[in-house]
Amino acid sequence: MQTARQTTDQTTRAGGDIVAGLKTILPMLVAVAPIGLVFGAVAVGKGLSPLEAMAMSALVFAGGSQFVAMDLWTDPPAWAALGFAALLVNLRLILMSASLERAVADFAPAQKLAAFAIMADENWALAEARSRRQKLTPAFYFGLSLPFYGMWLVSTAAGALLGAVIGDTRPLGLDFAFPAVFIVLLMGFWKGRQTGLVLAASALASILVHALLPGAWYIAAGALAGLAAAFIPLSREQVA
Amino acid sequence: MTIDPATLATILAMAAATLAARLAGAFLVRRITLGPKLEQALNTVPPAVLMAVVAPTALTTGPAETAACAVTALAALRLPMLAAATAGVVTVAVLRALGF
Repeated sequence: MQTARQTTDQTTRAGGDIVAGLKTILPMLVAVAPIGLVFGAVAVGKGLSPLEAMAMSALVFAGGSQFVAMDLWTDPPAWAALGFAALLVNLRLILMSASLERAVADFAPAQKLAAFAIMADENWALAEARSRRQKLTPAFYFGLSLPFYGMWLVSTAAGALLGAVIGDTRPLGLDFAFPAVFIVLLMGFWKGRQTGLVLAASALASILVHALLPGAWYIAAGALAGLAAAFIPLSREQVA
Repeated sequence: MTIDPATLATILAMAAATLAARLAGAFLVRRITLGPKLEQALNTVPPAVLMAVVAPTALTTGPAETAACAVTALAALRLPMLAAATAGVVTVAVLRALGF
């Protein structure tokens, strides 16, 4: 009896966490759909088959690097250069997984591997925000991440199949949904002056590198500059 | 619908590079003992990454985006996430419609 009730309790809680994760990611699903559509359409325009476009979305699952690859695409593609470009664009994932590791420390090994394999900016940021308030459960993380992954695949497929039918979604402002959500999350990570210093360093480096270098170097540059700023001692406790 | 071998090789190279980045940070952090300083630095990774992603959009894209970023940040002080983000999206759509 006791065990059965405990199991039911745990199942109920897991179910609640899946729903909570799904609710949290909902606005991101709406926002990512047009981006996936555009990626699918661009990929087909570059000569990829719909199946190839979907395979890239399924296996790479990192929008920024996929668009960079489309920018650099040749026929036949230069696989080594494109693989290296993906690494550079995605360097920030190293920092992100280092930070997320502490929140998923109690996940089973297979869950952990899956958690990192489908870690992207959006679900990562929402999971980090959740972990600052309460324990991050596998149910919440996958309730958050799997629909997002699924939407990326579905929208890529739709874009690849519909291709040029898709019009410009810019007037709707949907492309702004990601920066908007990131800004809201940013405000939540504020913890006083040290955060201000980190944000200033990150913004400065990011804008500078964005202006000077093509590609997505600016994200890694901003992230590293922000991380470096975290070591600048501001308060008296840190001097000792 | 076919998969071209060169395209498949490219996709796999990109996937391997991305997966390596996704696992490397967790792998490294698990193998070193985190002192308080490093722990504190890791805590700043989320805001640092988010700011790096957002900053060029916020400040160099155009007046509509800059204004919408400001509106979103202010709305975030009072409103829940979805409402604040929606305020930003509506702001950018309206300003673009007005020709900014």
